[in-house]
Amino acid sequence: MKPCQYLLLLLLLSVGVSAVEIQRPRGVPLSKRQFYEEGKPFTCLDGTRTIPFDRVNDDYCDCHDGSDEPGTAACPNGSFHCTNAGFRPAFIPSSRINDGICDCCDTTDEYNSGATCQNTCRELGRKEKESLQKMAEIAKEGFLLKQQIIQEAKRGLEDKKAKLADVQTSKKDLEDRVEALRIVKETAEQPEKEAKERHLKAWEEEKAVIRMEKDKARMAEVFLELDDDADDFISVAELLSHSELDPDSDGSFTEAEAQGLLGGVDKVDTVAFESVWNNIKEKYISEANADTPAPVETPQEEMREPVSDNDSEHPLSLLIKLMLDDSQKARNEFDEAERALREVDDQIRNLEKEISFDFGPNAEFAYLYSQCYELSTSEYIYRLCPFNRVSQKPKYGGSETNLGTWGKWAGPEDNVYAMMKYEHGTGCWQGPNRSTMVKLTCGKETVVTSTSEPSRCEYLMEFISPAVCQEPPSLDFGAHEHEEL
Amino acid sequence: MAPVLLLWLAVSLSGTLAVDRGNFKTCDQSAFCKRQRALKPGESPYRALLETMELTNTRLTLQLINDNNKVHLLLELYRLQGNITRVKINELKPLKPRYEVPDVLIREPPTEPLSLLSQDENGVVLSLGAESQRVIVSARPFRLDIMEGRDVLMSLNSRGLLAFEHLRIKDDNSGFSITAKEEEEKVEDGMWEETFKSHSDGKPNGPSAISLDFSLPGVEHVYGIPEHADTLRLKTTDSGDPYRLYNLDVFQYELYNPMALYGAVPVMLAHNAHRTTGIFWLNAAETWVDISSNTGSSETPQTDVRWISESGIIDVFIMLGPTPKDIFSQYASLTGTQSFPPLSALAYHQCRWNYNDQEDVQTVDAGFDEHDIPYDFIWLDIEHTDGKRYFTWDPHKFATPKEMLQGLVDKKRKMVAIVDPHIKVDSNYKIHNEIRSRGYYIKNKDGGDYEGWCWPGSAGYPDFTRADMRAWWASMFAYDQYEGSMENLYTWNDMNEPSVFNGPEVTMHKDAMHGAWEHRDVHNLYGFYVQMATAEGLIQRSGGVERPFVLTRAFFAGSQRYECAVWTGDNAAEWDHLKISIPMCLSLGLVGISFCGADVGGFFKSPSTELLVRWYQTGAYQPFFRAHAHLDTPRREPWLFGPENTALIREVVRQRYTLLPYWYQQFYHAHQTGQPVMRPLWVEYPQDPATFALDDEFLIGRDLLVHPVTEEGARGVTAYLPGKDEVWFDVHTFQKHNGAQNLYIPVTMSSIPVFQRGGSIIPRKLRVRRSSTCMEHDPYTLYVALNPQRTAEGELYIDDGHTFNYEKKEFIHRSLSFAKNILSSANLAPEAQFSTRSWIERIVILGASKPSKVTLKTAGGQESQLEFEFDASMSVLTLRKPGMNAGVDWTVTLQ
Repeated sequence: MKPCQYLLLLLLLSVGVSAVEIQRPRGVPLSKRQFYEEGKPFTCLDGTRTIPFDRVNDDYCDCHDGSDEPGTAACPNGSFHCTNAGFRPAFIPSSRINDGICDCCDTTDEYNSGATCQNTCRELGRKEKESLQKMAEIAKEGFLLKQQIIQEAKRGLEDKKAKLADVQTSKKDLEDRVEALRIVKETAEQPEKEAKERHLKAWEEEKAVIRMEKDKARMAEVFLELDDDADDFISVAELLSHSELDPDSDGSFTEAEAQGLLGGVDKVDTVAFESVWNNIKEKYISEANADTPAPVETPQEEMREPVSDNDSEHPLSLLIKLMLDDSQKARNEFDEAERALREVDDQIRNLEKEISFDFGPNAEFAYLYSQCYELSTSEYIYRLCPFNRVSQKPKYGGSETNLGTWGKWAGPEDNVYAMMKYEHGTGCWQGPNRSTMVKLTCGKETVVTSTSEPSRCEYLMEFISPAVCQEPPSLDFGAHEHEEL
Repeated sequence: MAPVLLLWLAVSLSGTLAVDRGNFKTCDQSAFCKRQRALKPGESPYRALLETMELTNTRLTLQLINDNNKVHLLLELYRLQGNITRVKINELKPLKPRYEVPDVLIREPPTEPLSLLSQDENGVVLSLGAESQRVIVSARPFRLDIMEGRDVLMSLNSRGLLAFEHLRIKDDNSGFSITAKEEEEKVEDGMWEETFKSHSDGKPNGPSAISLDFSLPGVEHVYGIPEHADTLRLKTTDSGDPYRLYNLDVFQYELYNPMALYGAVPVMLAHNAHRTTGIFWLNAAETWVDISSNTGSSETPQTDVRWISESGIIDVFIMLGPTPKDIFSQYASLTGTQSFPPLSALAYHQCRWNYNDQEDVQTVDAGFDEHDIPYDFIWLDIEHTDGKRYFTWDPHKFATPKEMLQGLVDKKRKMVAIVDPHIKVDSNYKIHNEIRSRGYYIKNKDGGDYEGWCWPGSAGYPDFTRADMRAWWASMFAYDQYEGSMENLYTWNDMNEPSVFNGPEVTMHKDAMHGAWEHRDVHNLYGFYVQMATAEGLIQRSGGVERPFVLTRAFFAGSQRYECAVWTGDNAAEWDHLKISIPMCLSLGLVGISFCGADVGGFFKSPSTELLVRWYQTGAYQPFFRAHAHLDTPRREPWLFGPENTALIREVVRQRYTLLPYWYQQFYHAHQTGQPVMRPLWVEYPQDPATFALDDEFLIGRDLLVHPVTEEGARGVTAYLPGKDEVWFDVHTFQKHNGAQNLYIPVTMSSIPVFQRGGSIIPRKLRVRRSSTCMEHDPYTLYVALNPQRTAEGELYIDDGHTFNYEKKEFIHRSLSFAKNILSSANLAPEAQFSTRSWIERIVILGASKPSKVTLKTAGGQESQLEFEFDASMSVLTLRKPGMNAGVDWTVTLQ
């Protein structure tokens, strides 16, 4: 529909004295200008076909790659180049040409839509320059700080290595000491152990005697209780009155079963009852307290120290006490030495872990180790303890939620130290376990700047630190303005 | 986010993704259904008292008597314009009025003369007009037979299942009702009170159920009565529960069963190769529909249907077709047609529960531009509000809503924010205070404001059945009332069944009061009224200029007039849920509601990438195209699944945008005629039994056939292409296929089998931009698909896309036709006036032969030669840049 559109470009050099006039079809970048030669047939950039030049930018798509319509929206896959003098040049999809929305800061994408666009390139350029400058300053200072951090980390690492060596030496000594004390302790413990065993044995025996006597007394009692007709024999009938004795507990206590309990005979005397008693004493419920079955054994009796006469008590306890004092001392010394050894082991493990930990190519992240950083939002206090865990605590009461423990460096392949991943936090209802990505950017301070939950239970934390600052390139801010020319 | 939000749900959940059936009644647990279903077919106790017959020009009335209890009923029979018979049955003298559904019919349906053909002591015969149709009223027992010639089209009460529980006074002493005149009636369980789980339903009016059977000789296929997650063709219900119509918020619904869902349209279609008929049972109470069939026996096939409702009257419209299109017109003449949505609403919608804050909205918006995927609407779910107080914004996360909306205006995009009908009980909340002080809340049975538990905690439910309440609600959408709203903010009504978390079956107690009526009487209408009031609000805020857009979850017959869209509720990211979206939307289309869609990707759970891509491919070809996701699911914006999948989704969203002119035209048609947009094949091929049960493919309008890929790992699909003498063109490859065959189509991840019917012309806009509004002035490409007779027809409809000005004849409507090698554009609406900047940039003729010369002639008589390309392998002729304005007359001649 439209005649071939040309763009008259008046580009001011940053030097600002001479003006240059460049003619090319609308939307074509300088780098491709040579393919669009006025008056000569145009070959689609993918080489698939050649069309007359007046079909370039004629608002009809002839090339599959969209290259014949860089300045119109006719091709679905076209792209339009804005020069954006004063700012950065850009390509936009050609579908944004004349759609009524200003995309290019130089307004060139809206040449026929009625949209009123302001040229904002200079303003944007200025702002970008300012922000780049600011960022460069931060990067510069940050990078200096980083150098210090690296130096400190180096020193720290050496200190730790030295300490590790020290500790390893002291570990050796400690191990020897533990062994020596173990022998002392075991020697001291031997007589004590024997005395204790003796004492224990005596105590057990005494207890057994008492228990047997009680059992006998109770057997006699039960015999009297069962012997209803007082003929000094327990008969089948007398036994039957105690249905709890039913051997198969099926609810019917038969004569045959009772007879079985009596050892196959019809009645037993006190002597024969002894063997019967052993079979029934677990189940037997005394008539006197049939409602509340008597406990089989009274627990208090078990607990009670065996009764002993006064003169035998003193020598035994005194001996044990003396031995105890002796062995306890040896034990304490041994325990203490062992504890010290464990502590040293822990120390070694921690040191080794820290020394071998991936704190970045120059250990620049080492200073974050065992530190924590907080950010307070309207509802929560977020806490990042680098290389350890991330958590969230409600400001107004409620318990802390684990948002993940240290997982790994998770930046893109070419910059893995740009992101940290914390995973396996508290589980979500019908969802995954909470996890947090921590995005690191360069700054002078070390601080958490923001948190968000882009997806349910997947948190994103922004964290600035000098450790990620890169050496600033020597910037020439005017450079991109020359690019086109 | 703290995990407290769904705590109440967590309690009621066992952790599995399936409906808790125990929360919802079976027929056996619903006293009236159990009572009515216990009646078995047999001789009806009802007798027509012919001596009471009165016949006027338009109406027959007649008393019926139940010989068991001597209660008299009044039968009214009308012949309505457009081949519809209306049968009303009420008590002759009810103790108090019984509920008759208001506001659903667009007017009192106009009648036509009813004439008496013959009469004797056995009955009367009335003529239903010229087409030898008549209705026979038999007296003993009472039954109605609708005949055409010698064929019975439909019989009522032929199985004797007419039942009408008359209102009575409770007699606590005898245990028997005192109104029973001769034979005493037994009081059964659940007549005066009923308990479900911990909920008791006091029934001061006692039993009031109604029931009627319909026999459909020669019918093996019945459809409709949405909403159910079931096949398109309804199943017989002998071995289980009847289909239930009772609007319910069903958490994690199950597929392929007759349980009630969010909406209800009591309309059933019956179809065989000769005729389509319809039954519209106008009752808003809980309703159950039993279907049985003698299929498999040697007799003539027959389907028997029985409707049971808890209260109200019998008011049934029998639509006699005879074609499917006639049924749609007949139903539209009663309840109105689909509202005409703004064009942008037919584009792509991006939703999620929830976009967290303004920055999130901005980032997602920018993501679409960055990945060059178009979208028109971004949505905000309940979390955008200040503590679930609708009409407000979270002061931290959405502190400057107008700024956010302006950001979208700048991109020619729009937003939808949710406004639910449950209102937080909070004396610091303006909306609550106003509703309470005006007395607009629904009352509980003791006369206090009804309170239930929903998202905000304790909530009141405005009585939307009141016109004054609706008017007040509508006024709340005014820009100065709804703070932070702007003209590009639209509305979503969710939870309008209504959902009451702690109510019986997660809804309202049936003994709650709407003025004089019980909730029992009006239940299925609640969502309909909510949306009516909301849509009215959106219209009013623009001074009646702009078309509204409202999405609703609950609906009823007639909702199509107010709604813009309905979605299938809280589905799940499962392949079966993708599949069921087709029959669910087809069923809605059959009963007037065309603007239907399912949550793309599935609401609950997280879809596999393959499922997500397939769902986009399916959703792009369904009327309402919105991606949505549950709060607890990982993010799933289209670019989060790797460049390859981003490209697949971009491609299909773009396909949707290129077809927007066709979609818009289909909706204009639906608005004018009541024909569904998304159609089952049998609607267009009513004589081809192979199409009757198809629900894995569908038509858009009559010219596009879509068979989405809905199987995991599919290597191919088999699509049935209908039409013995027709041809179909693959819209992607232009390959031609013959009709009346099952075609196997190999598929890859990028395939979406779509075919254009030979004989049709479809306009597209191939310049896809970032939103539909940006495409307004873009040129058209016409796809002319020739049939074996080398002809084709189509239309082109253009208006401003968003106002009611089309009602003032501001539009372009043209017919496009190709015959005898001439393609021409003629004005279908000469009285209408509109101008467009759009032009015709390309004409693609499928199935063409190579011409020697192509000439364009425009109205002024100017002639010009058109350049063209011809692809001999596919017989595709492409005319280059004809360039004429889309609104004028022209012809293109191939020589």
